[in-house]
Amino acid sequence: MTEQHAEFDAIVVGAGPAGSCAAIELARAGKQVLLVERGPFPGSKNMYGGVVYPRILDDLVPEWWDEAPVQRWVTRRSTMVLTPTQALTVDFRSEAWGQPPYNGATAYRPDFDHWLAGVAERHGALLLCSTTVTGLLRNDTGRVIGVRTDRPDGDLYAPVVIACDGVNSFLAKEAGLYGDVNAAHYTLGVKETIALPRDVIEERFGVRGRHGVDIEILGGTSGINGGGFVYTNLDTLSVGVVLKLPALAAQQRRPEEVIAGLKAHPAIAPLVEGGEVKEYSAHVIPEAGWTMLPQLAADGLLIAGDAAALCLAAGIWLEGVNFAMGSGRAAGRVAARALDRGNLTAAGLAGYRRALEETFVLADHRKLRNVPGLVLSDRVQHQYPDLIANLVQRVFQVDNPMPKPGLRRILAQERKRAGVRRRDLLRDAWTGLRSFG
Amino acid sequence: MALIERDPTWPEMSFDDRIGTAEFRVHERAHIVVDGDVCRGCTTRACVVACPARLFVPTADGGILFNYEQCFECGTCYLVCNESGAITWTYPEGGHGVVFRRT
Repeated sequence: MTEQHAEFDAIVVGAGPAGSCAAIELARAGKQVLLVERGPFPGSKNMYGGVVYPRILDDLVPEWWDEAPVQRWVTRRSTMVLTPTQALTVDFRSEAWGQPPYNGATAYRPDFDHWLAGVAERHGALLLCSTTVTGLLRNDTGRVIGVRTDRPDGDLYAPVVIACDGVNSFLAKEAGLYGDVNAAHYTLGVKETIALPRDVIEERFGVRGRHGVDIEILGGTSGINGGGFVYTNLDTLSVGVVLKLPALAAQQRRPEEVIAGLKAHPAIAPLVEGGEVKEYSAHVIPEAGWTMLPQLAADGLLIAGDAAALCLAAGIWLEGVNFAMGSGRAAGRVAARALDRGNLTAAGLAGYRRALEETFVLADHRKLRNVPGLVLSDRVQHQYPDLIANLVQRVFQVDNPMPKPGLRRILAQERKRAGVRRRDLLRDAWTGLRSFG
Repeated sequence: MALIERDPTWPEMSFDDRIGTAEFRVHERAHIVVDGDVCRGCTTRACVVACPARLFVPTADGGILFNYEQCFECGTCYLVCNESGAITWTYPEGGHGVVFRRT
C-alpha cells in the first residue's frame, strides 16, 4: 500500500482536547480530516481533576462560554498547606472571573470533550468513534502513511497522522519519539465525584449562582509525594489526590485510602461530609514537563497533548487541557501548511516545535522546567508543610505571659525542628524565585 | 510526616461499591496479559498497591491473580512494574472498557 490510497488529508488519533483542536484547524484549512476515537463517544475515556482554562478558544469559538458545557466558573482559588492537624490557606476571589471572558471553569471531561469534538464536526471533520488505533502504517522509507485500527479492513491512510492518543501514547512510543519511560515522571490522579445538594455546596464554599471554588492542596496525601484537590461542580464535588508513581508503589497504602485520609482531614471533612460518591475514577498524568518532553515530530507524524507530555504541573499552576488545545491547534495548522507545500517529512513538520516555543505551550514549560521536580521533592512534600504551619501557628498563638517572639527567630527554630538545612531552604527559594519571577 | 488517622465515623465504602460507581463495557478479550512466571520472582508487587482499580491480587503460591474487566486504562500497572515483560498492556477494543459518565 502507498499513500496513493489515502482517503483523507490527515488522520487525528484521539478526540480529546488536543485531537479535536487539531481536527478543527485542519478542517478550517479545507483539509479532509478523520478524527478517530476509541471510546463510544469523545471524552468517555478522559478524566482530570476538574478545571479547564479555555481562553485559547477565544478566536476559534467566539463566545465559547455561551455554549461550552461548564459546571461553575472559578471565582475563588485557594491554596492549602496541610499537616495532620493544621491547615494554612491562601484564599483569593475575584468577581472578574465570574464574567466573560472568564478564567477557569469546572467541567466534566465527558461533557467538555464531547462538545469540543462537536465543534470539530461542525467545521467539517469526520468523527469515527468506537475505533481503537492499534499501530502506525509506514511506507518503505519508514514514513508514517496511516494507522491500523481494530475494525475489519481497518487500515486508514493519510499523508499525515497527528497522535493525540493520551498519556500512554503507544503511537509516539512506536514511532520512537520517547526514550526510556521513567515512572518517576508520572503521577496517578484518583478522584471521587461526590454528590451534594447545590445549596449545601454554595453554603459550604461561600459562592452563589454559577460561581465555584478551586482548592489545591499540598500535604494530606498520607506521606506520599503528590497533592490533593477539591473542586466545586454544580451539584457535586471533585475530591482527589495526585500521587507520584514510585512513591505510591513504595508505600503500602492504596490510592482510595489516600483519598479517604484527605477527606478525613479536619480542614476537608466539613466540606465533603455527607456526600455520596457518584463516580470513582483514575488517570495517569505526565507530570515532569520539560524534563520528559519527547521529540514532537517524525516523518508523517506529529504528537500533541498528553501524548507529547505537555501537561503543566507547576505547583500553583496545574493545567493540562489548555496545553492540549494549544498544542493540538498548532499541530493542525502546521500539518495543513505542510500538506500545502507537499513536504510531510519530519523536516517539513519542524515548524510545529517552533510554533509551540512561540506560544505558552513550550514557553511556560521551559520557564517552569525546574518546578515539577521541586514541588514533588521530599523537602517540599515532607518538611516544608510542617515548617510553614508551625511558623504560622507560633506567629498567631498568644503565649502570654511570654512576649511575642521575633519572626526571624521562629523561622530559624522551626527550620531546625523540621530538619531543613539553611542552604537547602535558600536553594529551593532561589529555584522558586527564578522560575516564578 | 505522620499518617493521617482515618476518621472512624466516616462511612467507608466497600471496594466493590466504589468500583461499581464507574461504568465498564467489558470485551471478551483481555487487554492486560500478565506473565505469572515473571511475577513469581517479583519482590515489590508494586501493581498490587498502586492499581487504582485493585485488579492485581497476590496468591498464596507467590503469583499474581489479575482481572482486566474493571480497568480505568490508566497505565499505572505497567509504569510501576519493575519486572520487564511481566505486564503486556494494550487498549481494549473500540467502544469497550471504561466509560466515564456524561451529565
